[in-house]
Amino acid sequence: MKHARVACFGAIHDAIEVEGQVKLRDGRRVDPDSVVWLPPVMFGTIFALGLNYADHASEISFQAPEEPLVFLKGPNTLVGHRGQTRRPAGVEMMHYECELAVVIGKTAKHIRKAEAYDYIKGYTVANDYAIRDYLENYYRPNLAVKNRDTLTPIGPYLVDKEDVPDPMNLSMRTFVNGELTQDGSTKDMVFDIPYLIEYLSSFMTLQENDVILTGTPKGTVNVKEGDKVVTEIEGVGSLENSIVGDRVFHS
Amino acid sequence: MYQARARISGFEQEQNILVGDSQVVWDGKSYADTAIPWQSPVNGMIYGTIFNVNEQLDAMKETFHEKPYLTKPNRPVLYVKPRNTINAHLHEVVLPEDVSEVQINATLGVVMGENATRLSEENAMEYVGGYTVVNDVTVPHDNFYRPNIKNKVRDGFCPVGPWIMNKDVVSNPEASMIWTFKNDELIQVQNLTDLVRPIKKLLADVTEFMTLYKGDMLLVGVPHNPPIAVNGDTIRIEIDQVGRLENTFVHETGGTAL
Repeated sequence: MKHARVACFGAIHDAIEVEGQVKLRDGRRVDPDSVVWLPPVMFGTIFALGLNYADHASEISFQAPEEPLVFLKGPNTLVGHRGQTRRPAGVEMMHYECELAVVIGKTAKHIRKAEAYDYIKGYTVANDYAIRDYLENYYRPNLAVKNRDTLTPIGPYLVDKEDVPDPMNLSMRTFVNGELTQDGSTKDMVFDIPYLIEYLSSFMTLQENDVILTGTPKGTVNVKEGDKVVTEIEGVGSLENSIVGDRVFHS
Repeated sequence: MYQARARISGFEQEQNILVGDSQVVWDGKSYADTAIPWQSPVNGMIYGTIFNVNEQLDAMKETFHEKPYLTKPNRPVLYVKPRNTINAHLHEVVLPEDVSEVQINATLGVVMGENATRLSEENAMEYVGGYTVVNDVTVPHDNFYRPNIKNKVRDGFCPVGPWIMNKDVVSNPEASMIWTFKNDELIQVQNLTDLVRPIKKLLADVTEFMTLYKGDMLLVGVPHNPPIAVNGDTIRIEIDQVGRLENTFVHETGGTAL
């Protein structure tokens, strides 16, 4: 099943996908084009992986790491499907990152790789934008690069894990204004999903609705104001986002 | 007595309390603070700040020009203390098996009273709800380039409390001193006049790009040369006008860990 949170008819609703439509808990069915899409889960701790695809690591001139490079994000940065993401004026390099987001299903510590999937609730798509102009050599990647408001579209749906039988073999693609710009597969992760869950839970407790953004493959290119960016993962979803400039953010 | 808000075991709602020198008045009755089952008064996001204390920044001056840093930080250097780290007054801090000693980063927590986006220095303080005492417990490390989150995110590594002192009763937080005691011996004194970015400037520079929501907390900075705690130590952090936060550190195998 696919789960969403949407706003329509004057309220926020939990919903599921039924025959291409959005079905609210109260039974109403709504056209997906006439709802406002919110992040599909009220996420807890948000983990993100840096350089977790060897080809992307070499693309931004890094060697693939020996241990997962994990950083954390806040809820301020999330927006739902078809949301707007701000590109500040004067920025030279802002790129998308299509990522498989793994949502934790129950609280646990010291999870072993072999049992890792038992602790997963489901999957969604994240676009973990970065604005590299703001990179400083302290606590990289800095919050100013990765944790700006609106910088992390996520959704549209949380897809139950039972409906994603092989999460380590999903094609991932990004389209900018309809043109294919990123084409990879989750099979190329340096540290796979079970490894990441074992790793993180070896030193901290994971809780329900914590989410791991598992990194992006090669093919990250600069995006500009007005661009429509679609990040999609086979069997999980297609996440649309629009880049807006400073003009709409009046002082 | 001073008005504060607290979270107490068994009560879902935030509790209004009055704080005196040696006791706390809660629901009309007076208690020693050790008699109250404190929970963390903060349950929003916690963002920490490093290099916001002049003494620390000055000590790093040479290093900042070396690899891999090359130049001194420009924007506030921030990090996240995730929700599993939140701990409370008089609760134990459990040192995991692979950690033999930790840094005691005594700092002031600024708790937001309203959602805050793009604040100016002029209006920033209007969005503050109150102040609390925080110990950003950290595994010692000297790499600030891409520090492993393992140093900061262990379960219970962020004691907070005991309460949030209402901002009205903390007239000038930057006039406060932070006093850190280990096993009742004073081991560090910090002066909050020494901030690189005073609170209103820090709030303006952070909310320029990221919203702080009501209930989120921004730590004003960690000290230069933070003292060390090991198994068995009791650490008490006092901040004038704000509160006193006490925790005992126990080893995972020897303590009463969850």
